[in-house]
Amino acid sequence: MTSNPQPLNMLDKPVNDRNLKKSWVPTLLIGIAVVYLGLVLYIPAVNVFYQAFRLGTGAFVENLTKPEFLSAASLTLMLALIAVPINVVFGLCAAWALTRNRFWGRSFLLSVIDLPFSISPVVAGLMLILLYGRSGWFGPWLNSNNIQIIFAFPGMLLATMFVSMPFVVREVIPVLEEAGAEQEEAAATLGASEWQTFWHVTLPNIRWGLLYGVLLTNARAMGEFGAVSVVSGNLSQQTQSLPLFVEEAYKQYQTESAYSAAVLLAFLAVVTLVLKEILERKIE
Amino acid sequence: MNSSVSKSIRSQSFPLQVWAQLKASSWAWRVTIGYLFLMLILPISAMLAKAATVSPDKFWAIATSPVALSTYDVTFTTSFIAALINGLFGTLIAWTLVRYDFPLKRVIEASVDLPFALPTAVAGLTIATVYSKTGWVGSLVAPFGIQIAFSRLGVGVAMVFISLPFVVRTVQPVLQEINKDIEEAAWCLGASPWQTFWNVIFPPLFPSILTGVALGFSRAVGEYGSTVIVASNTPFKDLITPVLVFQRLEQFDVPGATVIGVVMLMISLVILFSINLLQAWGRRYDQ
Repeated sequence: MTSNPQPLNMLDKPVNDRNLKKSWVPTLLIGIAVVYLGLVLYIPAVNVFYQAFRLGTGAFVENLTKPEFLSAASLTLMLALIAVPINVVFGLCAAWALTRNRFWGRSFLLSVIDLPFSISPVVAGLMLILLYGRSGWFGPWLNSNNIQIIFAFPGMLLATMFVSMPFVVREVIPVLEEAGAEQEEAAATLGASEWQTFWHVTLPNIRWGLLYGVLLTNARAMGEFGAVSVVSGNLSQQTQSLPLFVEEAYKQYQTESAYSAAVLLAFLAVVTLVLKEILERKIE
Repeated sequence: MNSSVSKSIRSQSFPLQVWAQLKASSWAWRVTIGYLFLMLILPISAMLAKAATVSPDKFWAIATSPVALSTYDVTFTTSFIAALINGLFGTLIAWTLVRYDFPLKRVIEASVDLPFALPTAVAGLTIATVYSKTGWVGSLVAPFGIQIAFSRLGVGVAMVFISLPFVVRTVQPVLQEINKDIEEAAWCLGASPWQTFWNVIFPPLFPSILTGVALGFSRAVGEYGSTVIVASNTPFKDLITPVLVFQRLEQFDVPGATVIGVVMLMISLVILFSINLLQAWGRRYDQ
């Protein structure tokens, strides 16, 4: 009688072990992942909203009606409104040229287009100063024609264009490759002009990928700090974009107004992530 | 584009090809090359030309001055550690996202890209607050004499934040494509889960982990917005190279800024080249 249960127990044990392992390993790994993301991402992200509304919405709204803030916000909007369309035109042209042609050095050209991701934003700003600054290559000519680029809007625009340059190319190339050239060739055979082919054939095929690229370009253009900071001069109400306003307010110990502006940028980030998620599903 | 034109061009060398394409072809090419020339080639040339006006001795003296050397140490060592930390946790996050189902998974998955979407100045601001002595996380470690914000540790936290998505986003697709049959085969042959992971799953995953680490490292090395706010920017303590370039410019020391800028540019080109090699290595596993 006493010897009978033993083999049963021996059979049961490994099965139990395996069940046990299956139940705690995933939980542990998910736990670690969530704690890590919490420390690095979620706590800082929640803190932005907490700090902005800590003193109530009254203080928040008051901070957002100050002229310094309003001018910074409109400057950031202007930068994005100009930089994004320019980079969309470039991105479409580059993606089309690189997808519809195979040539030696194609992958090299792709790496060159990706360079703004590798170059430190500060170095990007420095390069613009060496080109358009007072002692730069075009400095004397710009000076004699009374055109100011560095420490003015055009320089900030160039910096924004630089850092947000590769996004559209990167997102459009895969969708353009997937769409293939057959439909375009068919349209051309049927007598469509290049513009007609692009508008009626290519664009509908790549629209979600393009929108995805526009979204990322816009997020970077509105949020860029380093490159813009080098070339802006950071004059309040003149050359201060929203991210620069956040840093300046923080340095001046106006933490509340820094967070009021920061929460708007954080809100933009959340909207970007939500739209990104929607577009990713459309692309699939 | 006329296909006979592109065919005849194909056999020529790259600069000739580009020139021939430009002459022969549509405005898409002209816009591409023109924009790249204006936005990349011209600015890089201006910087290299400016650096060339500095004599080699002086170039070396500026590039290896004690302050510059200390900033390289802070920037590269901290970026490297931050990238490695993300190599470990990024792989773990990718694994949980691919293999397990849990509540709020979609939200967590989307939130991994937050560092790409959140402006770096905002990231720096909130990390400086949360990890300061009185902040939510900083106050927990302050009793142990650990200061995070306004020290090298804070720079590290900011670098971990901004380089977080890279490893997750490079490892995830590779992990998704690994065939579960191989794992089951290993399991049937008596391998333990740990053996299966190390001998079956890890080898094809490794190039993508390295690529992610290198991409994150490259991003962290160049980062300015978040790190400048989190750090106290004290030389020999937590001053990073991009901030040194900025300070040199503020002091109107354009040659000094240019030399250090060129050093940074060269290093980022080396990293970019290594990343391309790593990606080529990773493609070995594609069937």
